Amino acid sequence: MSFKKLLTGTIAGLTLSTGAMAADDTIKVGVLHSLSGTMAISETTLKDTMLMLIDEQNKKGGVLGKKLEAVVVDPASDWPLFAEKARELIEKEKVSSVFGCWTSVSRKSVLPVFEELDSLLFYPVQYEGEESSKNVFYTGAAPNQQAVPAVDYLMNDLGVERWVLAGTDYVYPRTTNKILEAYLKSKGVAEKDIMINYTPFGHSDWQSIVSDIKKFGAAGKKTAVVSTINGDANVPFYKELGNQGISAQDIPVVAFSVGEEELSGIDTKPLVGHLAAWNYFMSVEAEENYSFIDAWHAFIKDKKRVTNDPMEAHYIGFNMWVKAVEKAGTTDPAAVQEAIIGVSVPNLTGGFATMMPNHHITKPVLIGEIQADGQFEVVSQTPGTVVGDAWSDFLPGSKDILADWRKPLSCGNYNVKTSKCSGQNY
Amino acid sequence: MPLLPALRSAILLFIFSIFFIGQASAAPVADETEFKQLLNGFTQKSFAAKANTAQQVATSGHPKAKQVLEAMAESRLYFRKSDQLVVFADKDGRSYVLTDIFSNETLGTFSRREVSKVKTNNSLRAKLGKMVAEIELKHPDASVRLAAVEAMIPKLKEDDADLFGSLIKEEQDESVKKALQFGIYIGYLDSSKKERVLNAIEALDGELEPIVRNKLTSLANNSDDKDIKKAAKKSLKGIESKISIFSNLETIYFGISLGSILILAAIGLAITFGVMGVINMAHGELIMLGAYTTYLIQQAMPNHTTASIFLAIPAAFCVSGMVGIAIERGVIRFLYGRPLETLLATFGISLILQQLVRTVISPQNRTVETPAFMSGSIDINPIFALTYNRLYIISFCILVFIALFFILKRTRLGLQVRAVSQNRSMAKAMGVRSDWVDAMTFGLGSGVAGIAGVALSQITNVGPNMGQSYIIDSFMVVVFGGVGNLWGTLVAGLSLGVANKVLEPMAGAVLAKIMVLVFIILFIQKRPRGLFPQKGRAAEA
Repeated sequence: MSFKKLLTGTIAGLTLSTGAMAADDTIKVGVLHSLSGTMAISETTLKDTMLMLIDEQNKKGGVLGKKLEAVVVDPASDWPLFAEKARELIEKEKVSSVFGCWTSVSRKSVLPVFEELDSLLFYPVQYEGEESSKNVFYTGAAPNQQAVPAVDYLMNDLGVERWVLAGTDYVYPRTTNKILEAYLKSKGVAEKDIMINYTPFGHSDWQSIVSDIKKFGAAGKKTAVVSTINGDANVPFYKELGNQGISAQDIPVVAFSVGEEELSGIDTKPLVGHLAAWNYFMSVEAEENYSFIDAWHAFIKDKKRVTNDPMEAHYIGFNMWVKAVEKAGTTDPAAVQEAIIGVSVPNLTGGFATMMPNHHITKPVLIGEIQADGQFEVVSQTPGTVVGDAWSDFLPGSKDILADWRKPLSCGNYNVKTSKCSGQNY
Repeated sequence: MPLLPALRSAILLFIFSIFFIGQASAAPVADETEFKQLLNGFTQKSFAAKANTAQQVATSGHPKAKQVLEAMAESRLYFRKSDQLVVFADKDGRSYVLTDIFSNETLGTFSRREVSKVKTNNSLRAKLGKMVAEIELKHPDASVRLAAVEAMIPKLKEDDADLFGSLIKEEQDESVKKALQFGIYIGYLDSSKKERVLNAIEALDGELEPIVRNKLTSLANNSDDKDIKKAAKKSLKGIESKISIFSNLETIYFGISLGSILILAAIGLAITFGVMGVINMAHGELIMLGAYTTYLIQQAMPNHTTASIFLAIPAAFCVSGMVGIAIERGVIRFLYGRPLETLLATFGISLILQQLVRTVISPQNRTVETPAFMSGSIDINPIFALTYNRLYIISFCILVFIALFFILKRTRLGLQVRAVSQNRSMAKAMGVRSDWVDAMTFGLGSGVAGIAGVALSQITNVGPNMGQSYIIDSFMVVVFGGVGNLWGTLVAGLSLGVANKVLEPMAGAVLAKIMVLVFIILFIQKRPRGLFPQKGRAAEA
């Protein structure tokens, strides 16, 4: 007994004297990404990105003179488990902020936890909008930062007149397509020139749908597919397009969920020329981007690994948080919330991202074409950055709503017509 | 500013062409310095300026023009940032090897920061394709000329028809002549002369090329001339009825190909679940292991895609079969006669296998390359094509079915399997080692699942989750077809595939799937033992 006590005492003493990580000297940062289950395919990379960013920050001396410590949990692609793990991170691990989630349903699941315990979540993925929480910072794109500019590009630069809106059957594609449909109609596109199609998750037999698209596109007008098809269903979709001989020159497909990471699992030769709209591409020629890629390859020890848009979102979100903490002089969530609005950090495409009062950030919108090597080539770019719009201007219910978390309004759901703040409705 | 070099080269071209007036060749041929000047136009940023330059390159008649345009379309055209020299470039790891356009000499290796790509976009690539096709119209090889004409037909304009008209006079090859004539008629549809239009409508009767149909539709709706309107409408009617026949054929083909995938996925289960009565929730993961075996073999022999696929078939059979035997010996044999425990245990195994792949290989999807002979399609006509990969999978499915049928009905193992499944104690009494037969049967079923994985790797993604999407469908097929009957699996797979594809255009993919499920539930209520129930005493046991 006494020997054991002595031993622990010695070890504790040693640790303290060498000044290594004792609990009070570190700031804990939560990482809430699925490492198993269906979403592991996308989220594992983001966990590694966070570890790299935290590692780099520590090399620069940490934050407020303290080292950062990552607390990684695995919510296993299980939505209720996300809420449990979020609670564990905040209550038990006492993290000062959390970086995580991918799907909208996982975000909706943890949202009440963050609001109840008043902690911070940085959400790095493009999403359907129609939300602005006091405790969430949306570093991915809102529909007006991805979908709408992509449609503009197709309409103005490629002269597309007929539209196929194809998506997986869940909330993000349905909301996005509703916004796009309203937007297209406001631009004078007729009902019969829009075809909307939903498929189940993981749909693998695309023969009839691709053949329908082919017929729809054979009517003489330039046709394009706007794809919100999610995850694994993309591979058989693109393969079928190639097999039925539909090239990007006949019917281009612009995707909102296909990035470098997804393409690394596909033979890209038949896909050359199809498009994607993001706020970052690995191929962007900018010094920050080159250094980020070099750092990533050094960290992951694999030169073949790609970088993608949600990684950039974490890069921006993390740097914003660091800057806000330094500005506020504390990691207290309430103080950081106030300090972070207006904070500007460099993005990876050679510009700056600013946190807006509605908790969304400014982003440039890039349209890229798929290349044979699995990379994208930028063919169009918005001249400046676009401010994320939490509540779409093209949906009847949300037109009059705005979000502003600055005092005195401090509201994520303020109706301009009725002058009322109705709080969250998730 | 960017216009200046273009303008200068245009002037040069003009002056240059004056020198050549009176010479035999009609088109002016640009010399090297001029051509170099022209190429400088590619260093501009605007796509319109690049398209303009490309057009000048195409009409320059320079022997390298085609190669330059093709390289540009393939994204192999770069320029060196230091001196704006336009070159061919090939990626080598993270740097580029540059080749001089004129001398074909290597200029050395440069980093990505030192070179810049001559960027193209979709519409520019389409234009480049047309320019290359126009150059190739004069190619000495008839098959190249034919391909060039066919490439131009879907986007044909009236002035192209005039070009075709001048070409057809010199053309010797019959098939090229025919294609040119077809193009000329399409061009005539836009003509302002009534005679020409009516002639063209008559000549194009029954043609299924979409451009013909679109032009006829616009004639039928918008033409001012009554005769033209009438002729176009009549011709359209014939085309529409042909199209509807072919689209029905297409639906059936899609249905059969979906059915054959269902059969491939389910046939292993038809043995383990159907014959042995084991509810194996890890069946999907055995398919996944087969697909990963394909991936690993392809990694091991990178330049032999075709051979790797054929090698993968026996390899996947062995890998999945071995894992199957291990599962049977390690877990399932202790649980015979306890279906609920088997279900839970095998479900656990399926999760273990998934996470194993995620940890050992990667949570990301893996690329399995499709061999060249499986890409593309046989075009029966412009609106009906049979895709090769589906054709191969259908025939592969038939082969696997025949082989399995032969094993069960004609071999000693098959006889023992059937004996054990009908009456275990009697079979034991006759000297059949029932333990060994159980393991072999399960191994056979699992191995076939592995083979299905090889086929699926060609049409869907290879990732840790791929098995999950097939397990429900597989059980559905086996239950619907009748447990313990291979024919049942065949018929059930095909009919579910066709039903799904017939419903899909009408009800949408989500609803079609639900409707099929509801139908099966109702069917099982009525006939609990499926389409082909087992008869006799064995069925009662």
